Amino acid sequence: MATSSEIRYLTPIAVDTKRKKYCRFKKSGIKYIDYKDANFLMKFVNEQGKILPRRLTGTSLKYQKKVAQAVKRARHIALMPYVGDLLK
Amino acid sequence: MLNRYETVFILTPVLSEDQMKEAVNKFRGLIEKSETAKIIHEEKWGLKKLAYPIQKKSTGFYHLFEFEAEGSFIKDYEVAFKRDERILRFLTVKLDKHAIAYNEKKRAAKEKIEELA
Repeated sequence: MATSSEIRYLTPIAVDTKRKKYCRFKKSGIKYIDYKDANFLMKFVNEQGKILPRRLTGTSLKYQKKVAQAVKRARHIALMPYVGDLLK
Repeated sequence: MLNRYETVFILTPVLSEDQMKEAVNKFRGLIEKSETAKIIHEEKWGLKKLAYPIQKKSTGFYHLFEFEAEGSFIKDYEVAFKRDERILRFLTVKLDKHAIAYNEKKRAAKEKIEELA
């Protein structure tokens, strides 16, 4: 049986290299997150309308707070649902 | 000290066009009547579908005011919204310097588009 050291490949095998997450607000220099722009805020909620954790989106803490605030404001004025299914 | 604020409110869809204008004029009047406050910008979004029903209504007329006012003015202004049964929802937010810049940029871009058209 071949041990791992004996296996040779002609081309390097495709391993999913982890892409580094980044904060899109820091990168593109967005300072203010508009709560009136529901289409944009949809990127930060899941199918049920829950706010995605920054663990998944890569948003920095400073802007995650602002995203959360904007989503909550949008929900209050009925631009986004509090609960929903199949939003996407 | 004057602060910049922004108020969005939703009127019931059962109002006629004139009744709606009358309601909007009432809230615009409240800002104009006060000594220090003044309107910077106004937006009419018109009839929009609500993301969830409010008072068993699934649509509403959206309207937005951006204005400058004393902090003490907001309390009275919000009471007026609460007392009016034509209002389904309202939201007043204080705008920080980034928000003011964002709104002004958005308005400038809109004007430019209108110029070109």
